[in-house]
Amino acid sequence: MELRTYIIRRLFLLIPVLFGVTLFIFGITMLFSPVQRAMLYIRDVKQLADLPGVIELYGLDRPFVLQYGTWLGQVLTANFGYSKIASMPVWEAIWHYLPATLELAIFAAPLIILIGIFMGSTAAAHKDKPLDHTTRVVAILGWSLPTFWLGLLLIMIFYGYFTGFLPPGRLSMQMDIVVNSADFIRYTRINTIDAILNLNGPVLLDALRHLVLPVITLSVVNVAFIMRLMRSSMLESLGKGYILTARAKGLAERVVINKHARRNALIPVITVSGYVFAGLANGVVITETIFNYKGIGWWAWQSAVNLDISSVLGFALFNSVLFVLVNLVVDILYTRVDPRVKLGQGVQ
Amino acid sequence: MSDWKFTARQLAKNPLSMTGLIIIVIFVIIAILAPLIAPTPEGHRNPYMIPRDGFFATPQPPSENHPFGTTQGQYDIFYGCIWGARSAFRVALVVIGITLLIGIVLGSLAGYFGGIIDEVIMRITDIFLAFPALILAMAIVSAIGPSLKSVMIALTAVWWPSYARLIRGDILQVREEDYIEASRGLGASSGRVIIRHVLPNAIYPTLIMASLDIGAVVLSAAALSFLGLGAPEGYADWGQMTEFARNWMVGPPGNPLKYWYAVITPGLFILFFVLGWNLLGDAFRDIFDPRLARR
Repeated sequence: MELRTYIIRRLFLLIPVLFGVTLFIFGITMLFSPVQRAMLYIRDVKQLADLPGVIELYGLDRPFVLQYGTWLGQVLTANFGYSKIASMPVWEAIWHYLPATLELAIFAAPLIILIGIFMGSTAAAHKDKPLDHTTRVVAILGWSLPTFWLGLLLIMIFYGYFTGFLPPGRLSMQMDIVVNSADFIRYTRINTIDAILNLNGPVLLDALRHLVLPVITLSVVNVAFIMRLMRSSMLESLGKGYILTARAKGLAERVVINKHARRNALIPVITVSGYVFAGLANGVVITETIFNYKGIGWWAWQSAVNLDISSVLGFALFNSVLFVLVNLVVDILYTRVDPRVKLGQGVQ
Repeated sequence: MSDWKFTARQLAKNPLSMTGLIIIVIFVIIAILAPLIAPTPEGHRNPYMIPRDGFFATPQPPSENHPFGTTQGQYDIFYGCIWGARSAFRVALVVIGITLLIGIVLGSLAGYFGGIIDEVIMRITDIFLAFPALILAMAIVSAIGPSLKSVMIALTAVWWPSYARLIRGDILQVREEDYIEASRGLGASSGRVIIRHVLPNAIYPTLIMASLDIGAVVLSAAALSFLGLGAPEGYADWGQMTEFARNWMVGPPGNPLKYWYAVITPGLFILFFVLGWNLLGDAFRDIFDPRLARR
């Protein structure tokens, strides 16, 4: 099958899944009575008298299918409702908070990939030696750590014990004023990148100081996951015939490990990038909550505890669409990396 | 049978898995003996609610009456941690039990009958798997109202699809075996073939994976409780006790680590509980991973 036909076919296959996702999400909102859903439109006690009017206006007591149709029409035009926490429409709120979260991901993702892959393959190369056992224990520990608790410990030590060294939040108050002043141009609303583009050292330093702890908290679980996977993948790769050939040719062990074994061991790691994305998406909610880091995860948490259901569902829908797309890209990438994979058929 | 002996020998040989097993056994003992280790005070109605010593907000350090100290609102940390083991097992067993049941029923139907039934069930799992798990759980909990029951419902909803898929895959292999054909030839009904012949030969990998997921379920439940979406205030729940500590991460100037006992203790219980299951699971995965053949 040609790559283009494959992509088109996969895109078509997304339609039933996404349809199901919207149906499921809408089903959740229908757990609420029309009155409860009408309340979402109320912003002032004085408007309460008009509750039946609101139900009438938005057709909240109509049959399920009709309401679903209306709702789907709204969602397709990026209308998810209004976020009380952000005081703006849900769709705008997502874009408003996204850059902060992207900033976390920009730092966490390379850390996860580099440390995870390097430590995993090194452990495999030293199988059953002390280094291997240490890496293994570290991986299992990291995998078992409650990240929310790790975050609290980090704050206790690096903000409490070393007074104010690595503070929570996104920027300190002075730098926040600088960033919001007219001289500072917000190209991306990602603080570190904007600081570099504006050639503003203090803002960059301050932003980095606020990023250290959340990035660590966000990365730990995924580093452990990749490390573990890379170790077993590398072990498998090291047992293959081409490694024996490479060694028999008299290649240096370093070359055998780096050029022959590790490259082939990377393939399974690529296939789990989807899981890493999901791990980051889940982790962002917890991390941003602990560090009071106002990104999309913090907003989702605020909405959840304030039972702002349209925001939470908008956030869930947004994430599922992203997740499905990431998995599609991963599958396509996989066929590029591993020539044995025939499109749409898996490994022969 | 030799498989079981092999597995047992591998586990006994591996110090990490033995450590895991010991940790799990200790937690089982704590959970069973909770009423003896941390007796419920006289006249206290629900033993799962942590007794309080007053209503003062600031946590108090370990003392004779409170060996681990008290957390925000004077809830006894020792009592909460011990009874928290019971809550943890309860949540995990309920969630794993129900997800297994759903997973096994739907997975067997899909795997055994194939065709349109398989297609429909697998597309439904696709929908559930299209969400990052914690985010879906969070959405469900906030929709049906935060409570421990909601947490269990939400975790069940996000957990069953992976078991359904696992068991379906194993059944696809088993149903082609000759003995299945034979029992069908003898006129056995589909239900009988599935329950008596297919499942017993396909179920073990799923059962083992599910039991090792106990740690992961407890970790997710703790995360939801920490986010304020779980147990009611004062319930013996490690996640919630960690959440109490959020206001006390940093002590007064001059003594920044003053409230360490409120922050560290409940988290340590979660860590060790999950660690026990993961240590055991790690060894199992090595034993069952066909790519790392028995050398």
